[in-house]
Parts: sequence; structure tokens; C-alpha cells
Amino acid sequence: MTLLAVQNLGKSFGGVVAARDVAFTLERGEMLALIGPNGAGKSTVFNMIGGQLRPDHGAILLDGQAITAASPQARFRKGVGRTFQVAQTFLSMTVVENVQMALVSCHREAQGLWKPTREHYRGQALELLALMGMADAADRSCSALAYGDVKRVELAIALAGGPKLLLMDEPTAGMAPRERAALMDLTSSIAASRQIGVLFTEHDMDVVFGHAARVLVLLRGEIIAAGSPDEIRQNPRVRQAYLGDEHALHAPALERPA
Amino acid sequence: MDLSFLAIQALNGLASASSLFITACGLTLVFGVTRIVNFAHGSLYMIGAYTAATLVPWLLELSFGPVTFWAGILVSALVVGLIGVLIEVLLLRRIYGAPELFQLLATFGVVLVVQDLVVQVFGPQDILGPRAPGLRQPVEILGRRFPSYELVLIAAGPVVLGLVWLLLRKTRFGVLVRAATQDREMVASLGVNQALLFTGTLFLGAFLAGLGGALQIPRVAANTGMDLSIIAESFVVTVVGGMGSVPGAFLAALIIGQLQAFGILIFPKGTLVVVFLLMAVVLAVRPFGLFGRPEVIGGTHAVGIASRKPQRNGMIWGIGIVALLACLPLVADQYLLKVATEILIFGLFAFSLQILIGVGGLVSFGHAAFFGLGAYGAALGVKWLGAPMEAALPLGLVLAGAGAALIGAFVVRLSGIYLAMMTLAAAQILYAVAFQWVDVTGGDNGIVGVWPSAWASGQSAYYLLTLTLVAATVFLLKRLIDAPFGYALRAARDSESRAEAIGLKVRRHRWLAFVVSGAAAGMAGGIYAFSRGSVDPSLLGIPTSVDALTMLLLGGIQTVTGPLVGAGVLHALRDQIMPLTSLWRLLLGLSIIAMVLIFPRGLVGTIRHWREERA
Amino acid sequence: MRQSALHPPKSFMEGNEMAKVSMIRWLALGMALALGAPASAQQAPIKIGELNSYARWAAFTVPYRNGWQLALDEINAKGGVLGRKIEIISREDGATTGDATRVADELVTREGVSLLFGSFLSNVGVAMADYANQKKIVYVAAEPLTDAITMAQGNRYTFRVRPSNYMQVGMLVEQAKASGAKRWAIVAPNYEYGQSAAQVFKRLIQERVPGAEIVAEQYPALGKIEAGATVSALEQAKPDGIFNVLFGPDLTQFVREGNTRGLFEDKSILSLLTGEPEWLLPLKDEVPEGWTVTGYPWDEITEPKHKAFVDAYRAKFNETPRLGSLLGYMVVYMIRDTIERSGSAESDALVKAFQDAKFDTVIGPVTMRGIDHQASMGAWVGKLVLKGATGGMTDWKYHDGTSFLPTEAEVKAARKE
Repeated sequence: MTLLAVQNLGKSFGGVVAARDVAFTLERGEMLALIGPNGAGKSTVFNMIGGQLRPDHGAILLDGQAITAASPQARFRKGVGRTFQVAQTFLSMTVVENVQMALVSCHREAQGLWKPTREHYRGQALELLALMGMADAADRSCSALAYGDVKRVELAIALAGGPKLLLMDEPTAGMAPRERAALMDLTSSIAASRQIGVLFTEHDMDVVFGHAARVLVLLRGEIIAAGSPDEIRQNPRVRQAYLGDEHALHAPALERPA
Repeated sequence: MDLSFLAIQALNGLASASSLFITACGLTLVFGVTRIVNFAHGSLYMIGAYTAATLVPWLLELSFGPVTFWAGILVSALVVGLIGVLIEVLLLRRIYGAPELFQLLATFGVVLVVQDLVVQVFGPQDILGPRAPGLRQPVEILGRRFPSYELVLIAAGPVVLGLVWLLLRKTRFGVLVRAATQDREMVASLGVNQALLFTGTLFLGAFLAGLGGALQIPRVAANTGMDLSIIAESFVVTVVGGMGSVPGAFLAALIIGQLQAFGILIFPKGTLVVVFLLMAVVLAVRPFGLFGRPEVIGGTHAVGIASRKPQRNGMIWGIGIVALLACLPLVADQYLLKVATEILIFGLFAFSLQILIGVGGLVSFGHAAFFGLGAYGAALGVKWLGAPMEAALPLGLVLAGAGAALIGAFVVRLSGIYLAMMTLAAAQILYAVAFQWVDVTGGDNGIVGVWPSAWASGQSAYYLLTLTLVAATVFLLKRLIDAPFGYALRAARDSESRAEAIGLKVRRHRWLAFVVSGAAAGMAGGIYAFSRGSVDPSLLGIPTSVDALTMLLLGGIQTVTGPLVGAGVLHALRDQIMPLTSLWRLLLGLSIIAMVLIFPRGLVGTIRHWREERA
Repeated sequence: MRQSALHPPKSFMEGNEMAKVSMIRWLALGMALALGAPASAQQAPIKIGELNSYARWAAFTVPYRNGWQLALDEINAKGGVLGRKIEIISREDGATTGDATRVADELVTREGVSLLFGSFLSNVGVAMADYANQKKIVYVAAEPLTDAITMAQGNRYTFRVRPSNYMQVGMLVEQAKASGAKRWAIVAPNYEYGQSAAQVFKRLIQERVPGAEIVAEQYPALGKIEAGATVSALEQAKPDGIFNVLFGPDLTQFVREGNTRGLFEDKSILSLLTGEPEWLLPLKDEVPEGWTVTGYPWDEITEPKHKAFVDAYRAKFNETPRLGSLLGYMVVYMIRDTIERSGSAESDALVKAFQDAKFDTVIGPVTMRGIDHQASMGAWVGKLVLKGATGGMTDWKYHDGTSFLPTEAEVKAARKE
């Protein structure tokens, strides 16, 4: 069954159309990239799927169930996890507490009044951090981490909810190039092993072409192309959209994974 | 009612609106650029009035005429503008890095200092200023006499609006002010000389406050109550208009002016509450005021309680301190025990506020509402139900909790300064109810005869009872802060979008926090009522809320023990200073300012910071 | 513990407290000896506690402090009372009920004062009265006017010297009757003092002036009057008379607006307290001439004793006396007389000596009525007039308070003792 189906999604702000008739699907275990130049409407589409924005029309189905008007909280319960363009973590907490908090919420124990939070699901949280390679930093304050590490913590938080669908808004922004590939490789392997569908936006074409199974190209709120990375790279309309930045679409032969 | 009367009444409203706008305009500009909630704005207004009431007659002696009069008004406003610069350079500039609330505390210190300085400089008696030359005679409007000076005032509002508009649109300074109002970080990154921009803004804000005050002298005698009488209304105007919005302030002032002019015809006794009702209604409908924008909040400067390693002997320390406190009656005299009792009570009160501010990031300016509800709940229980203390205390707690549930339901839809102002409005509305529902609450005489049961009536016994209740409540609240409930609140404070994305129901959590915090404050209020034997509306008033905030901030919002220490320090300070001198406000204000400068993270927070630096 | 709290202050300094106090005394004695003061030659002074809002209401409380200071100096210069000097320990009451009762507690438990007097605001006065009752210590309310202090909240330990709201309004209503005005408007500040004065006026005018009606009422918030709107609203009701309770900055604003708009023309205006120098002086030459007021024409009272007081006051402080000065002066003398008559400074003896006592004061004889502890001090009623650069009173007459006190039946109904 299709994991995520987006149908005729539309949104405008004032008179400006930010998304028009956006439609696509995403399967379990698939990595789908959403790209487009600045202002193309990527964030708008993303936030409609994440529940931060309400679409003007259209529908979003998760496992065939409509979640179009559901709150972010309800989407979380249905199996949507996400990361943000600017990493959003709980800076006043330690790394492991960040993940513990997500686990507590997942188990609906956030109203707990007695047992200290640090005694909830610590083992499970440490496992997730180990998966991210962050186990050593578990008891450090989140505010003391390098940004790349914060991004990994955020991914651990998102995974703590046991999502079916993972939304990643520019997952590698602000990271060093080597870290980027590592993070995305990790994401791919987790997606594959846990059968999570991943939708991500990205500016870095190396990341896009290196990790996405399929790519959607958004321009002025509309999807102008969809297909495999190679198809997209050859598409004349896409080339035109990225006019002046053509080298962005060149395949960096050396770093591409085989 | 005839037409001429309605027209005159509308003109009366316009004249008040103009005066209010000119002052509030300065407040909103300062907030927009610096994000400082400047409590001292009213003090600047008062200084403007005193300066003009002293300076203008002196100038008129030299040369009588309209030119002299208006020049005197302008000079007075300029003087106040310079005082604003002084405050910025000497005080505010040093604490821009501190949490925003700390700047508010500093300006509150300035309020106290100015109150005493004004009496020292200008004398205790009200100073009646001269009337404006050439404007003494009334004009006839629709067969009724109307003061010509009020017509000038009516024109002054739009003139100031126009000039400020020109300044903001046509000058580089104005462009920067607008940019900073919209996105402070952006301006900082543009490489603008921020210090100069802030100094300039403070000058402009203080100038407008001074102008507002100076323009009053033909109507009002300069008096020592002017600061507090204008500040609350100015806040209402800026909040209703939308913080940082000058046209919003203008519109809000117009609405308030008319509301007051016509309101008194229908509800002559509604004068206390009408502006706060308006604010509550506007915020319920428009969470960012009429023209305000949602605040751009970076996720990086969440200030409040943070995780730290659990202290190994924390529990033992806690028990040790309580045991030590329990021994106090063995060595202390009656009075010291009374003071200690009050410190404990206010410690709990400040601690309950810590749940909202330090844990939840929800700044409440109206926490007195819950303290007062607790006190009134207990007192009403005694007076009307004949309840003994043992039953009246829980009654107060329940009333405060219920009040918090109701108020919280409105408040949690808001954020930032608007949330704070909504709590203030709620507290003021309750204050007005307690004040005016004389048959039930005893009006401002309050309810007396609220004394403890026999077994607890001795000073030592009551102290021990207080200690037990406070220690138990603090312990429970501490558990709750460390438990997922407290963590979820912190999560929502650190990053609302992340909290939502992991399925936390942020609003419901915040609402529950209000209920818990309100109930705890109500507990403190109930104990206070019995320790004093009486309640009166001042328990619900702004000064009580400010007290809680001051104690919390002095102690530090990043720590759990902060509010308890802050309560002890503030209370002890006031207790020591007040008997010594009638200049106690000056000394208290200076102490607060000194502490803000020396301990920018609060007492406990700064000391811990020093320790960690050394480690 | 409970027992001790109910006894007069000195008796509960038992055990370790006693030890501590005596140690402090020894220290003080040592200090005095070291400084060479002849402290041991005399008996310890009688300590009296005083508290007032010296910061918040300086314009009114400072003259009052001068008044009691003058009396205190005179009394001690003549050897004090019962062979002991009087010592007044004065404190700031913070103008709030919470601070006031705490400060009172400090005076009683730590300083060991025998009696308390002072306070300015009505609600502080009421809280102090309740405190006095609880701690069984005599409290003499100097300035608060609210009837509650001697009526509903009155108690065995609370006394008041100044004529109450009820009495002063009663004097003005007599004038209202004489004026012939029937349609009355009320303007009063929106708090206890203003509301209760307005209420008494409404009741008395309807009882005592046949056909009188109230056509408008305005209650501006204290210190926040919208003067223009208030004046227009009163004007619109077309009253023949106005009863004013406003004072301070509100009054100034009201007078200016009212004068400009002609509100006061051809109307009888009654105004509470406006003739007192405290409120008259800030009005300067804009005093509303012709208003009928209660007040204090200190410069025209010619009785020698009063003149002596005024002269001494002016000589000492280089200032003219206010009503507060007179009150402070009278209160301390009345306290001295009471201590002398009771022969001790114990609370119950003081209460007995106060009740129904007659005092010979600088303004003539004053009786402290036993049933409600309200003194029969009266007030001066007259018309406002401009004298040179400031206002004063003319056609005034001193109304002794005795005939304006509430009846015994009224007192009994209000006091549930």
C-alpha cells in the first residue's frame, strides 16, 4: 500500500500562490527528494505535510487515511516524524533527555508527575543515540553540541516516535560536506531496514542525487518534473529552472556512490 | 441625551486619547527596538510634568507669552529625553545580554529610585503648573463651553503621530528603528551600531514620555502618583495596538479615550476596570493586538531551568535545611518568626511563579491574581461559611486553582508579552471585583478577623505550620518539575514546533501548568491571610505581582532554589531598610539595580555560574 | 504559646526572649556608660510606637510628624509623664496593610511599645484596628476617616481622634439644607473613603432634606480622573448642588475643568476636607471661591492656646501648620493625658482611662466617647475665598463633633461586640 499520497495540494498566501496542484506518492522504504530553487514552495509543501500549515485544498493520505487537517500531534501519533530546516531540539536538556522526552511522549506518559524523567526509557534512548553515533555525548547538554551533532540528535528524536514516514527539511544544511554524506547514508540504511518512507528537501545536489531514489522538482509552487535522479538531471525544464546554476546539476562523478 | 452633549463627551475622550497616545507611543517604540518592557516609562512621564511645572512658570516670569510656554514644554521634554539616555548608558546597556525579564527588573528599580528622588528634588507637595497663555478662555461648541487647551491637545496627538511617522519613514534612524522592530537579529547582523541605535531610541521614547507629562501641566498638578497612574494605561495602549506599532497605539488610545468618556455615563464605578476589560477582550480576539505581528522567536535563547546532574546529596541537603529552619523558634524572637513566616510564604509564591516562568517560559505579570484568590478564598470561607482554618486553607487553594483554570484557558492561546499582559488584565479585573463588590469582599477595607485555629495561633506554631506546608509543596513541585510534566513544559518552552512534532499537547500542558502554579500561589495566599489576619484588594494588585517577579528574578530563573533565596533577600532588605529611613524606596531601588548589575543571572544563578567557571 | 500572644507585649518576653532582651539592654547600658551619657540617672522612658506613610504621602504625613514632634518635645521638656520621658519610635508603614501590620508587630514585639498611633489610609487604619484587637494593644487612629474604624470594625482597643466621615458629611448636609438645593450630584474617588462618604451623604440628604434627590454620581479612579468627561457628565444632569469628595491631583483637575466649563456657576458646592491647608495650598490662586467646605482656618482661630500652638509650630519648623500638624499635636497630648490618668502604660488601664475621658486641647474640650471610641473633635465649616495668592476660609464656624456623632443605637447596631 502507498505510504503517503498527496493529492491536488494547494496553498496561497494573500494573492501569492505558494503551492498549486501538488500531487505525488511515496512508498515505504523509499527516499524521495523534493528540490527547487529558493521560493519554489518547498517549505510550504513540507509544512502542509508536517501539519504546521493547513492547505487551502487537496488531500494528504497516510496509509490511505486522510490526515489533511490533523494537528502535528495527531500526525505524530499516526507515525509521522520530522526534522526541521533549523534543527529544533530542547536546548535546556541533555542529549539523552531529548530522546527520552520523545519516547515518553510516544508512550503517552508526558503528564507524569512523580517519577523523574531521567529514569524513563533511558536504555532505549541510548540505543537510538548509539545508532546515530552519539552515545558518548548522551549526558552533555544539547546546547553545547556542534551543529552537525544537533542535527543527528534531532534525527534520533524523530526516530524515537517509531515513524513510518520521516520528513526531513534540509537535513544537511549547515553541516560540513563529509558529515552530510555520512548522515544521509545513515538515514538511507535506517529507512531501508525499518521500512520508513523518507521525504526530504535539500539544496545540496550531491546529497540529492547521491541518496534519493526519486526526485520531485518544484517551481513556483508546481511540480514540473518527477523521476529518477538521472531523468531529472537530463530534464530540459529542470535545467532551465536552475539556469545560471547549471553546474549544480552536474554529476560529481568521483563522490557518487556506486 | 442631546447631540451637543455627545459631541462634547467625544471631544473629552479625544483629548485624553491624545495625551495617552503621546506617552504610550514612546513606550511602544522602545519596546519595538530594544524589547525592553520599560516600567520606568511612567516615571519619565512624571519627571516631565514636574520639570515643566517648575520650569515653565520660571520662564514665564522672564517673558510672558505663548512662545515661552511652548518652548518650556519642549525643553522639559528634552531634559527627560536626556535622562532616558542616561538610564540607557548607565544601566540598560550593561544588561542587554541578560534575559529580557532582567531588564524589566532593572527598570522597576528605576521606578523606585525616581519616586523618592522626585520628592527630594521637587518637594512633597503637588505642583500646580501655569495655564497656557492665550488658551485660558474656553471656546463655545454647540452652546457648551469647552477648554481651548483641550482642543490643542486633541490636535497634538495626530501631530506627534505624523512627526513620528515622518521620522520613521524619512530618516536613516527611522529605517533602522523599523528594521529592528521587525527583526532584531537581522539589524545586529547588518553591522549597525546597535548601541547608538538603542541610545537614540531611548532618547526618543523618553522625550515622548516627557512631552506627554509636560503637556499635562495646564490640566493636572504634578504629583507623585503620576508614574503609576499612567504606566498601566500606557501598557494597555501598546498591547491593544500591538507592541511596537505606532499607528496601533494611536488607534488603541482613541478607543480607550472614547470608552472612558462614555463608559462613565453607564458604569460610573467601572473606572477601575474598563481599560483592562478592553485589553482582555482584544487579546482574546486578536492574540497580537490590533496591528501587532507574531514575534519572531529564535529557538536559541530559551532562558530558564536547564538540566543538570542530579546532586548526589540533594535530598539530604533539603531535609537538613528544613530541619534547621524548624529549629528557628528556639532562638528567634516573635518578630523574627513573623518575618521568617512571611519569607517562607513569599518564597512559595515566587516558587509557584517559577513553574510558569522558569519551567514553562510563560511570563505572568498577574500572578497576584492567584495569590489573592487563595487569600480571599480562605477569608471568604471564614467570613461567610464560618470555616475553621483547616477548611478555609484548602478552600483558598481550590478557588485559586479554579481561577487559574479559567484564566489559563484564555491565556495559553497567547505568547510572549501578550500572554504576560493578559495575565495582568485578569489580575486587574479580579482586583476590581474585590474592590467593588463591597457587600461580599468588604471593598478596599477587605476582610478582617481571619485568624488561625487555636493550636496554630502562636507565632512559633504558625511558623512551623507554614514551614511544613511550604516545604511539602515545594517538594511536590520539585518532583513535578523533574517529572515528565515539567520536562514537557520545558520542551514546549525550548522549541514549540519540536514539542508539537513529538506529539506534546503544548496548550493543554501550559494550561495545566497554570492550574498547578495558581493552586500553589493560592496556597501561599491562604497561609498569608491567616498570618496577617486580614485580606484586602492590594493582595491582588500590581505591586504584589511585581513583588513575586522581583523575588524570582533576584534569585534567578535558571535555578530551582532561586525564588526561595530571592524571597528571603528582598523581604529581608525591605524589612531592614524600611524602618531606617523614609527614603526606603530609593535604597531598595538602588539595591535592586546593584543586584541586577552584579548578578545578571540572579543571585543563585550567578553564584553557580561563578562556581562552574572556576571548576 | 497562644497564651503569650494574648498578653500585653512586656509579659510575653519570657524565657530566652527575656534573656535576649536583657542582654540587649545590658549592651545598650554599656554603650551609654562608655559614651558618658547619664542614662542611669533616670527611669526608662515610656515607649510609644508610631507608623505612617511618610514616603507615599509625604505632603500630608510630614506636617503631621512635625505636629507630634512639637508636642513630644514640649512634654518631655516639662519632665514627661509619671516622671518618665516619652519616647516615640516612628516607622514607615509602606502605605499597605501588609507592611503596616508587620511594622506594628516589630514595634510591639521587638521595641516593646505600650501603644500605637498613626496611619493615613483608611484601609490601613482598618487593618491596624484589627491588629490592635488581636494583640490587645491600644491603637489611636490619627488620620483615617472611614467610619468602619469606630463602627463595624471598631473594637475595645481602637480609638479615633479626627471627626469621621459620618460627622463631617453630617456638618455639610446641614449646609445643604440651608442652601435650598434639591437636585444633587455626587463626585467621589472610587475607593473606600470616597464611596463611604458618598453613601453617608446619600442617606443623610434624603433623611434630612425633604424632596432632595441624587441626579448624578461619578466615581473616577483615585489619581486617574478623566476630568473633562466627568465635568460634562455632571453638567448634563443639571444639578442645583454638587457634593464633592475628590482631593489632591484629582481635585485640581476637576476644579480647573469645572471653572473653565462653568460647571460651578449658580450651584451650591459642598466639598469634604477642601478647606484643609493640605489640599488648599496646591490649588494656589485657583481656589474655587464660594464652595462650602470642611477645613482648618488656622490663621483666623484666635483662641490664645491655639495661637500659641501656631506660633510654636511656625518658630520650630518655619512653616505654617496643616490640619495634620494639629492632629499630630493633639493626639500626643491626649495620649500623655491618658497615661497620666491611668497611672500606667498597660493596655487595659489605658483603655479604661481613654473611655469617656475629657481632654482640654488647643482647640477646646474634646471627649472620647466610650461607646464607640470616637472623639468629639469637630471641624470648621465655611466658605472658600481667595486671600492674596492662596485660598482660605471665610464665614467659618467651628462645629463641635458632639452633636454630629452617630447615635448610640446606630453604634450598637454596627458594632457587634
